[in-house]
Amino acid sequence: MKPFEYARAGSPSDAVRRFRPGTMYLGGGTNLVDLMRLGVARPERLVDVSRLPLDAIEPVGDRLRIGAAVRNSDLAADPLIRRRYPMLARAVLAGASGQVRNMATVAGNLLQRTRCAYFQDVSRPCNKRRPGSGCPAIEGDHSNLAVLGASDACVATHPSDLAVALAALEAEVHVTGPGGDRIIPMPGLHRLPGDAPERDTVLEPGDLITAVELPAPPPGASAYRKVRERASFAFALVSIAAVLDVRDGVVSGCRIALGSLAHAPWRAERAEQALIGGPATGEAFLEAAEAELAQARPLPRNAFKVPLARNLIVNTLEELAP
Amino acid sequence: MNRVEGRVKVTGLATYAAEYPVEGVAHAYPVQSLIAKGRVARVDASQALDMPGVLGVLSVEDPPQLAPDADGELALFQSRDVAYRGQLIAAAVADTYENARAAADAVRVEYEPADHDVGLRADHPGLYRPEVVNPNYPADTEHGDVEAGLAEAATTVDVTYTTPVLHNNPMEPHAAVALWDAEGRLLVYNSTQGASPDRDTIAGTLGLPPSRVRVVARHVGGGFGCKGSTRPHAVLAALASRAVGRPVKVVLTRQQMFDVTGYRTPTIQRLRLGADAEGRLTALEHVAYEQSSTLVEFAEQTATPARTMYAAPALRTAHRLVRLDVATPSWMRAPGECPGMYALESALDELACAAGIDPVELRVRNEPETEPESGLPFSSRNLVACLREGARRFGWDRRDPEPGVRREGEWLVGTGVAASTYPARRRPSQAVATVRNGDFLIQVAAADIGTGARTVLTRIAAETLGVAPDRVHVELGDSDLPDAPVAGGSMGTASWGSAVVRACEELMKNGKEGRADTTDEVATDAELARHAFGAQFAEVRVSAVTGEVRVPRLLGVFAAGRILDAGLARSQFIGGMTMGLGMALMEETLTDEEFGGFLRRDLAQYHVPACADVADVEAVWLEEEDDALNPMGNKGIGEIGIVGTAAAIGNAVHHATGRRIRDLPITPAKILAPSP
Amino acid sequence: MDITLQVNGLPRTVDVDPRMSLLDLLRERLGLIGSKKGCDHGQCGACTVLVDGRRANSCLALAVAMDGSEITTVEGLANGDELHPLQAAFIEHDAFQCGYCTPGQLCSAAGMLGEPGPSAVTPDVLVDPDLTPEEIRERMSGNLCRCGAYVNIVSAIAEVAR
Repeated sequence: MKPFEYARAGSPSDAVRRFRPGTMYLGGGTNLVDLMRLGVARPERLVDVSRLPLDAIEPVGDRLRIGAAVRNSDLAADPLIRRRYPMLARAVLAGASGQVRNMATVAGNLLQRTRCAYFQDVSRPCNKRRPGSGCPAIEGDHSNLAVLGASDACVATHPSDLAVALAALEAEVHVTGPGGDRIIPMPGLHRLPGDAPERDTVLEPGDLITAVELPAPPPGASAYRKVRERASFAFALVSIAAVLDVRDGVVSGCRIALGSLAHAPWRAERAEQALIGGPATGEAFLEAAEAELAQARPLPRNAFKVPLARNLIVNTLEELAP
Repeated sequence: MNRVEGRVKVTGLATYAAEYPVEGVAHAYPVQSLIAKGRVARVDASQALDMPGVLGVLSVEDPPQLAPDADGELALFQSRDVAYRGQLIAAAVADTYENARAAADAVRVEYEPADHDVGLRADHPGLYRPEVVNPNYPADTEHGDVEAGLAEAATTVDVTYTTPVLHNNPMEPHAAVALWDAEGRLLVYNSTQGASPDRDTIAGTLGLPPSRVRVVARHVGGGFGCKGSTRPHAVLAALASRAVGRPVKVVLTRQQMFDVTGYRTPTIQRLRLGADAEGRLTALEHVAYEQSSTLVEFAEQTATPARTMYAAPALRTAHRLVRLDVATPSWMRAPGECPGMYALESALDELACAAGIDPVELRVRNEPETEPESGLPFSSRNLVACLREGARRFGWDRRDPEPGVRREGEWLVGTGVAASTYPARRRPSQAVATVRNGDFLIQVAAADIGTGARTVLTRIAAETLGVAPDRVHVELGDSDLPDAPVAGGSMGTASWGSAVVRACEELMKNGKEGRADTTDEVATDAELARHAFGAQFAEVRVSAVTGEVRVPRLLGVFAAGRILDAGLARSQFIGGMTMGLGMALMEETLTDEEFGGFLRRDLAQYHVPACADVADVEAVWLEEEDDALNPMGNKGIGEIGIVGTAAAIGNAVHHATGRRIRDLPITPAKILAPSP
Repeated sequence: MDITLQVNGLPRTVDVDPRMSLLDLLRERLGLIGSKKGCDHGQCGACTVLVDGRRANSCLALAVAMDGSEITTVEGLANGDELHPLQAAFIEHDAFQCGYCTPGQLCSAAGMLGEPGPSAVTPDVLVDPDLTPEEIRERMSGNLCRCGAYVNIVSAIAEVAR
């Protein structure tokens, strides 16, 4: 690990004031310390934001505001979250381990980096880690990498479960930074790799996430399901966050977000549009899933994700349908 | 009785290799090759040497003195040739771990790379027949006419199975602390499965007489074979300490463990079986293709269990090896038997399905009277009894053999069976028993790597002496104790226990001290086929939606001689079966064809079973009397638990889904792949 | 940098390199070798300690960031000579073999018993579940055991949870 300076921020504005090139914000550390030890992250300065007073979960009208420093375990255990956004609790509980969830923050969860083997190994090329060095995953191990929205430069996936649920719930990410405050609607925080895979998100240098705000829960039934070959403590092969509202046999509302298929949580808008106004039947769900996945561009070793995602969409919606 | 060292382990006081308090200890951190083949042109340590706390850099630029015949994996920094990606090519030594690691990162290496070849394939032009396979079996055997047996068979199967690179991944990373005293004597605290052989190898590598080296390993955090032979970290600690004149600690990272502490070779195995209308084998052929490095020939004995398991008038086994630009494979729990029985027992299931015969019954019908290959009588063999008892306990008689017809919601349910076997050998060992303060002290350089060696040796001594176990104290894990063989090959208890019994017997004669060396006794053991056997039963649930496979139930029934300690034995069996579950469903290291070396080099990518994967796993055993083995009458139990588990699970997946996945691990990707 | 921690009830002030993890601080500077390094990346749980009463991977915590925290390691679980009920149950149930994951399992279990609320296998997230074996298995999945002692670990914890 490269030597670095360490400072604890007193407030969000203090954190931003301390930001200079080479600075990184330290939350729970569960991914940043990991990446520093691998030599993937090489900050000159850490500004510790883990103890900022951003650790409350509080209602704002019919919305719910989650502080950026709320620990994942506290988020999942919160009575309001469990009652109003059970799918969100499920997504958080599906991630990592009990001890990691005790440490990891909401903002840190959203900003975790891909688990692509090449990204994590500084002795191998990676366009995300070293732009222009190449993407060996396309010819090599991409078995758990992207089938949607990838580019010739990068086929990484985003590993967060939380982000998938937030994408379905249309949460807003509150950011402060050198350029002032702004609000980013999910899934807009994360971007597709294009020709700049080094950028996971739309955040600018020095930006600090201060909160995530949830709109009132959408009507209908919701679910989060994560598929993995190890029964726990594993990143998803595919995950889904879904909300389905059926009135008189007709789909009046539907939201589907997919995880581990793309560089960002993937809102299945084509599938949603195909379903809304139509019948809530298995055939309709299958058609919608296939409409969405027609965009998939699988590689030889991750082609299984397409039928897996299709099955998962259909099965999840069938379970949610009345 | 509970584990003797239970209290120190649950209170955090048990001392593993990296944890001995050593005054003034420095730290060494390795530099690893970034090419898979070629030469190290230059190592530039200038920047590293200027960094804070750095005491030195070791590399081929100034080769440390080693014995000229040092093992290829241990001859550190002797040659500019690179044999595999990840090989240790230099190391930085500094006052703290952080400084050593940062300095290693700053060592600049220039390479002359050459084209590498890291892919095992059954048609590789470099395949050859090794002289012998491990530990010393003929590579090939042939009895009868396999082609004729297949031609006359009513049912045949011709199937190929593949298993991936697997890594032992004990929880304790390999670590060593080396200290040289003023007289040039070396002390190494090492994570090793055998203090005596480790001492001999370290001494031999450094060109020292064994009397000048001492290895201490009182507690070892698992090994499963990868601490069974000396690994380069221990040699590095000794060399670095000699170079900087201070004690030096080396602790490998989890990632480095994947590179330099051995692995189970990938295998490609072709099985050809023929059976008559009653299911009696007419021919059995097992050919295994596997890899080794360019440094050392390591020939896994994958096809050898086929020489023991079933009666077949025509029986052929063969091993073919190719030397690739990879690290040398090494020992991993039940080397040979584990991958070999996966393929053989899966093929038996395919034969049972093809012949329309119950798979338990098929095995029973092919029970041999003597060991098929050698013709030797078995010292004891109770495979059929294990199969019958397992079938009874598991409820096998209620099983509908039709595959792919049981469904609970989205879950397809199936059951499978496979046999287990592992050799029951012993090696010479020494031990000393003395009276101390009215109690009894047993000394033997055995290793307790989690097997419960301390506890079982305490029991063995107490039984022999006819005293309560709390009056017996066992000292082990130190090469200054009486020489003992490695904890490996399921031979530890049989070997050390024999010496302990003899030492105790002598002590009882003279009332003061007993010294035993079983070299002569072991040499006169009768020539018999000595093996433990078992039967494993698995129930699986396979999601028709996601391809996820879960294992709600595993049952192992074993016949392994006399079980010396029921609690320890159950833990060992279940532990092996749990590792077998990992092999079946999730464990896989990828070889990086493009750059060489391995991918998925950590525990987030190389998945071992987590607590949630392991539901109802039970192990039971049959009473088995076998006087031909050793004074205790036991057969080793450390390895047989993993033998057959993957086949039982794979067979259950077939029963659940109708799909036969012949390539481990059985992942959702393979379940969901279109049928070929 | 100087930091002060309460470790197993005792105040400890240490000058640390900012790169040092809490785990290395415990093991290399304070001589508390009970917390184990199995992966150094939060992937195995062997380093689990209690930070302010909550289980955490000490390998992922920078020591400097822990300034002012209260740390309990496996060495601090027992009450003098009297073992913590989990420690006693682990011995009785043979819930370990090599022992290397054991301190992390124990600290994790101690923390887990204080974590009500749902887990990934809880049928209804609104209802705090009973600690069934299935719940224990899911909640303990952050602690890998390569010896495969899970069956006994779960029975040991279930006994204490009753």
